[in-house]
Formats: sequence, C-alpha cells, structure tokens
Amino acid sequence: MAASYEKRGNRLLPLDDIVHLAITGIAQGCAYGLIALGFVLIYKATEVVNFAHGEFMMLGAFAVLAFSEALGWGFWPAFVLGCLSIAAVGYLIDATIMRRIIGESQASVFILTVAFGFIFRALAGMIFGWNTRSLDTPFDGKIAIGNLVEINSDRVAIIVATVVLVGAIYLFFGRTRYGVAMQAASQNQLAAYYMGIPVKRLVSFTWAIGAFIAAAAGALLAPVTQIDTTIGLLGIKALAGAIVGGFGSIPGALLGCILIGVIEPFADYYLPGIKGVSAYVVMLIVLFVRPEGLIVQTYQKKV
Amino acid sequence: MQFLFKTAYNDDIRFLAKTGEKIRVAIAMLFLIAAPLLLQDYYLAELGLLLVYAIAGVGLMILTGHTGQVSFGHAAFLGIGAYTHSILMSKGVPFSVSILITVLFSGVVGMIIGRSASKMFGFYLAIATLAFGILIETVFGEWGGLTGGYQGFVVPSLKIFGMPLGEAWQQYYLDLVLALVVIWGASNLFRTPTGRSFLAVRDSELSARSLGVNVEWVKIQAFGVSAAITALGGALLAHHLTYLVPDVFGVLESLKLMLMIVVGGLGSILGAVLGAIVISILPVAISFLKDVLPPSIGQTAGLEPLLFGLIIVLVIVFEPLGIYGRWMKLRFFFESFPYYRKSSFVRQKSYLKTERMR
Amino acid sequence: MRAAQALQVRNLSIEFGGVHAVEDVSFDVEPGETFAIIGPNGAGKSTIFNLISRLYTPTAGTIHYGEQNLLELPAHKVVHTGIGRTFQNIELFEHATVLQNLLVGRHCHMQSNPFASFVFTPGLRKTEIEHRRKVEDIIDLMEIAQYRDERISDLSYGARKNVELARALCTEPSLLLLDEPASGLNNEETDDVSFWLEDIKHDLGVTLVMVEHDMNLVGQVADRVMAINDGKLLIIGTPDEVRENPEVQRAYLGIAE
Repeated sequence: MAASYEKRGNRLLPLDDIVHLAITGIAQGCAYGLIALGFVLIYKATEVVNFAHGEFMMLGAFAVLAFSEALGWGFWPAFVLGCLSIAAVGYLIDATIMRRIIGESQASVFILTVAFGFIFRALAGMIFGWNTRSLDTPFDGKIAIGNLVEINSDRVAIIVATVVLVGAIYLFFGRTRYGVAMQAASQNQLAAYYMGIPVKRLVSFTWAIGAFIAAAAGALLAPVTQIDTTIGLLGIKALAGAIVGGFGSIPGALLGCILIGVIEPFADYYLPGIKGVSAYVVMLIVLFVRPEGLIVQTYQKKV
Repeated sequence: MQFLFKTAYNDDIRFLAKTGEKIRVAIAMLFLIAAPLLLQDYYLAELGLLLVYAIAGVGLMILTGHTGQVSFGHAAFLGIGAYTHSILMSKGVPFSVSILITVLFSGVVGMIIGRSASKMFGFYLAIATLAFGILIETVFGEWGGLTGGYQGFVVPSLKIFGMPLGEAWQQYYLDLVLALVVIWGASNLFRTPTGRSFLAVRDSELSARSLGVNVEWVKIQAFGVSAAITALGGALLAHHLTYLVPDVFGVLESLKLMLMIVVGGLGSILGAVLGAIVISILPVAISFLKDVLPPSIGQTAGLEPLLFGLIIVLVIVFEPLGIYGRWMKLRFFFESFPYYRKSSFVRQKSYLKTERMR
Repeated sequence: MRAAQALQVRNLSIEFGGVHAVEDVSFDVEPGETFAIIGPNGAGKSTIFNLISRLYTPTAGTIHYGEQNLLELPAHKVVHTGIGRTFQNIELFEHATVLQNLLVGRHCHMQSNPFASFVFTPGLRKTEIEHRRKVEDIIDLMEIAQYRDERISDLSYGARKNVELARALCTEPSLLLLDEPASGLNNEETDDVSFWLEDIKHDLGVTLVMVEHDMNLVGQVADRVMAINDGKLLIIGTPDEVRENPEVQRAYLGIAE
C-alpha cells in the first residue's frame, strides 16, 4: 500500500489514498482495540494491568499456526482451537499466579506481568523458532467499496470480527448473570463473596475471555504482520490507545485504539521523524489535557 | 532477645540506633573499604558498578517505594545524568561543577515531570512515565549534534580537581564515597518531616491533606529528589561505560531499575542496595546456568530473558516484601528465638477494593 | 494552642451528579461546646465534614471558622486554622509506625525541606526532638505507649481508632471533627472514648463536633445535637429535645407513629 507512492512531504494526498489509509488505519486500530479489549476486561475485573497481554496475541497467532500446520486442519478449526488453547493459558495464569498476589502493590504487579512477557516471548521462540512465519487465511483478495477504493479482505475481516466480538462482550456483561456477577466482583470482592459469587473462578474466566480475544486478534492480524515473537509488542500501543479513550470503559478503549490506528499512518506520512512513537505522543497529550481519557471512570472516594 | 534501653529521644533518631545494626554495618564497611586490597581490578570495577546502580536504585526507591509513585521510565534520568555530565565535561567543565549542575538540572526536570505526574495516579502514571522514557531515549538519539546520536558519545576521562583518576581503585573509592553519602542522606530524609510526608502521600493522600501535607508539592519534591539522585548514578555510570549510546537508557534499563527495587523490597533504602546486588549477580548466575545445563536447553537464545522473567515471578509471588522482607523475617527469627511463631508474619488475606473510588 | 473559635455554616449544599447529598444546611458551633450530628446512613453527615475539611467543594453556601472563610483555602491549609479531624473508615498510614503517623500530625507545626533533611541539620534535629516530646504527651494521654513502634497494619481495630484520634490531637486543634469515634467499639471501649472526649474538652479546651450513631454516647457528651436526613436539616437542639422530636423519631430512631 505505502509502496505505491513516495512520501511527498506536506502536499495533500489524493482522496482515494486518504480513504485507503483511513480504512487500513481503522483496521489496524481495530486490531489494537481487540487487544485493548482484553486489557480493559481484566482491568475492570481485577484492577490489574496485564502488560503481557500483547503476548497472548502473539501466542494465539502461533497456536493457530501450529494447529493448522502440524495437524493439517483448515483455518477455522485451527482458529477456534488455537484461541481456546490460549484462553486456557490465560485461565491458568490467573488461577495459579495472579490469585496469590491479590493486594500487592501495583508496582509489584506491573513488574510481574512484564516478567510474564519475557517468559512468553522466550518460550514461544524456543518452541516455535525465531524465524518469521506466515499464516494462510481464507481472507485473500480484495473487496471493493463502491468504485472508490479496494481494500484487502483481511483488513475487512478484522473490522468485522471486532464488531462481532465487542457486541458479544457487551451483551455478555450487560445481560447475562455471569457478566453482572463479574461487574460486582470487580467493584468489591469481599461483598461479592458474601453474595455467594465464585469470585476466583469468575476472575480466571475473565482472563480466559481476554486471552481468547487477543489470540483471535493475533490470528486475524497474521496476514498483515506475519508471525514472529515480537508482534506482541503491539500490545503497548493498544495500551496507549486504551488510555486515550479512557481506560475503564470498553467503548472508550476501542475508540482510542481506532483513533491511534488512523492517526499513525497519517502522522508517519507528514512527520517522518515521529516514526513509531506517534501513538505515545498522542497518549501523552491526552494524559496532560484530559487525564481521565475521553470517558471518565473514577469517582470520588467516600470517606 | 534484644532489649533496647533508650534514654534519650536522640538515641531513637540516630542513624544506627541498635547495636546489632552497628555491628553489621561495621563489618560491611570494613569489607567495602578494604576491597581494593582483596579484589582484582575487574571485580573491583564490578563492585563499583554495583554501588552506582545502588545509587540509581535509591533514587527510584524514594519515588516508588516511599512515595508510591510508580515510574517506568526512570532510566531516562539515568541517561540525563550520564549525558549531561559527559557533555559538560567534554566542554571543559571541571568534574565537581559538572556533577553539581547535572544533579540540579536533573532535579529540575524531575520536578517538571512531577508536576504533570501529580495529576495522575496508579497505572496511568506508570504508562505515562514509560512513554516519557521512550521519548527521552528518542531525544538522545535524534539530537545528534549534542549527544552524538545513535553513533554514540565518548565519555571524557575521570578527573577531579585536575587529578586524573585512572586507576580502578580510585574510581572505586569515588563510587563508594558517593554511594555512602546517598544512602546516609536518604535515610536521613525519612527521619524528618519531609520524608514522612512522602510516606503519608503513599499511604493516604486524604488524611495527609487533612494534616496539612500539600500532596501535589510532595509529589513534585519526590520526583525532583529522585531524579537528582538517579542522575548522580547516571553520571558515575558514564565513567564506567566510557561510551554512551541511547539504547543503554531505554525501556529495558528502566525495567531493570524497577526490578531492582521490587526484588530488593519496596519501601526500604537497604532494599535498593540489596536489589542492586541481585541485579549484578543475575547475569553471572545466568551464564553459569547456561554452562551447567545440557546444550539443547542451555544454548537457546531465549534462555536469559526466560530465567530473568522466572526469577522475577518467583520473588514476587513468594516474597513480595522482597529480599529485605525475607531478611527482616530472618532477623526477627534470630532475635526472638526460641519464641518465634510462624504466624507473626502470616500475610493478611486481603480483598480487592476498587481503586476507582479514591 | 489557638483559642477555639465559632464555626459558622450557612446554606451549605453539594450535589453529586444530580443527588443532593447536602441541601441548604446551616448551623453554628460555639467555641468549647460539644456538638453532635446524627442521622441515618447516607444522610450526608460525613459529607458535611468533608466539606468543612475542604476535601469537597460545595455547590452553594459558606463556611466560616472565626474570621476565616474556609472556602478560600485548599484542603491542606485547613489544619492551620485549627481544625483537625478523624475519619470514619480509619485513614491511617498503613505501612508506617504509630510514631511516624503521630509525627505527621505535627507536620503543620514543622518546617523542613529536602536539602536540610538530606543532611539532617542540627536545627532540624532539635525540632524533631521538640516535637517528639509533644507527641509523647499525646501518647501518654491516649495510652498507646505500647504501640509506639508497631506498624499500623499490625494493630487491632480499637488500637487504630485510638491512634487516629491521637494523630488528630497532635495537630493541636482548637476544633475537632470526629467522624463516628465510637463505631465498631464495644461498650467498654466506648466508655473510654467518652472519658477521653471529656478530658480533651476540659483540659485542652477543644470544640468537638462529632458524627455519631451511638445515642448513649451522644447523650453523655453532647451539649447540642443536629439531626439530618436526606441531606436536609431536621432540627438542632439539646439531646433531649432532639430525641423527642417526632420527625427525628420517624426518620432515624425507628419509632413507629
């Protein structure tokens, strides 16, 4: 996409290029958003920020690859199984480790999740090798929008998947018993226990859901980024996006990520020095101007 | 059992109040001062490096362990210290003046950051400081004219008051003296109102305010003090590295600093020192393991980060108070023997109360 | 210690997103008296305290302590006017020792800066010892000497309540806001509290304003009582007057009509 024209400095792009960049940006933002979704879910449930969430995405991509290559299965079965297996990993992480450190200082918990990141990356490399791999998906070809522009179907798939998954999450948390129970547990665990809510299991389940979504994002993004051990670092950008939108809310996080996804290619075009850090610059600007993000989630403590 | 008979309040606030402490410190001091006689140059330099990291760690500890402000980009201050000092010395500024300017400059930068940081809390602060760290690293790289950019910057050789400190033991004593000053000063800080106000902000901003503590100002001060001390570490680090590249002061370094204070034990100055010891020993331990394990495991590329990560996880899960915590428990065991009860240190089961109500 | 002054609250109101937590409340507290605020949970009692301590900003109304308009001050300057407070859910410094907590209580009377602290100047050392003496006096008064070097996290609930009160006393207040000083305490401990309150009042001349549910304690120590419900003022009077007021009985004491 970017190879078809040279950087022309400050001249305006033609319309179809703008639309192309914008839609690709939205797709990228949706991918960030899916990762951020997992972040926010886990944060809402446990107030833990999982710095290693991007690694779930990386592991998911590898898992799907493994299932489709090693077992010779088609994309969809491999996809489902791959994501489920990473969901299981997420569950285990919470059940065995995170449960034990409830109440520890935030700094300790951050470091812990960063350490997870190291471990996952190293393990992935040791198991799957350090080379870049690619994944065959059924999303070849392009889709035309009117006669304006052509988009790769894999990008479209990401956008569609995001819509579907976000919708599902929303319904789940708002309408089902489990969802409401999870919200209760996230606000006051002790009280939730008294209400007979199996808090620990629900929390682990939340980790599982978050991991599943990240894994799905990984697999869907594979045609774009290819698969190697470093793709998980996109997670940090997803984090930035979630902050821009307001970390406590799902629509906010998604919004922020899409915003970042769209801004990045344009920033890269007009301000070449910025390179990969435009996401962080936007985030810092938002943090200074409106620290709560676009949608506020803190209330004053009642003393 | 240790009985403490204090006869004056002065006793209580003296630097080393208990006899046991005095003995331990004396032994440690003996070893540290005699080190150049006992160790070869290579190990002496490593010990000096450890002391330098201890200084940087104390800086971060004051901010995170004592004031509760997480900082994930602290290597930025390490870098600011290193670059500022090296650049000044390369322009002919004498060592002592350069150090002074570096420390003050970094303190001011810290205070500016602190002003913005005081509006954020918890993990917003963490990610903002992370972003700050990344940005500063980029600045070091892009501002080639001043810092040598990605090509690197040669650090002028060490000279105090015109006297060159070319020998390993000379540099070592410099590191030692400054490290001791920093440790002593930081301990002083927390026996005075200023330091206590830091602790107050960490534990309860609300009641701190009602007791007259200006919370925003405390955070600014904490950032300033922390930045200044860490920058001092950075300046000394420059003389160990002799050649500066922006990479060295990136995210990985910030994480190392964080690791140091968490493993050492949040909230204690000694913890920063213990953490520095761990950080210095870790690479040695890992390469040792690499030789011992069968080649199929030992030689794979990912082993170091894997072990790094595993150790962090193990420490945090099993001893969240860090090494200092374990040390305290050990001492308590010896002091109250044979009345020691395991339940003295049973961790209270704590339930998560949302931090969204602050 | 500063002389006690009159607290004047007029038309105080605050809204949280549509909910009128406190609506048009006015009252006076005379210097040296013991003034109790009662009302069902959620009536807005602690909110009034938070408004006086300037942790919240009212949407309407004024608060004066003596000549000083409190609304002009940021939260951390309130203690300098002589107003101290305790919190309903104990807000002690968990990871610090009792002594450190109490010394922070002296913060408003101490000057220090990072430079002086770093080298621990002799001047600073002298101030430390001076204030340590004052703190020890309070420790004696509140009988918490055995906890001096313990961390708060190791203390029982009753002990923490005492430390919280002690810490507020360290600021040498002329007016003390006590938020539920007896909550969670058994009868014996509550009696201790009432003795201490009497001591504080008579020996130190402190004005006491307390939020309390324990009607016995209120009856014992309070000179006047204000009853609140749903953020609105019901009545101000002597404990007996308030107890016999039908509206109060209906809203709070649960006595059927």
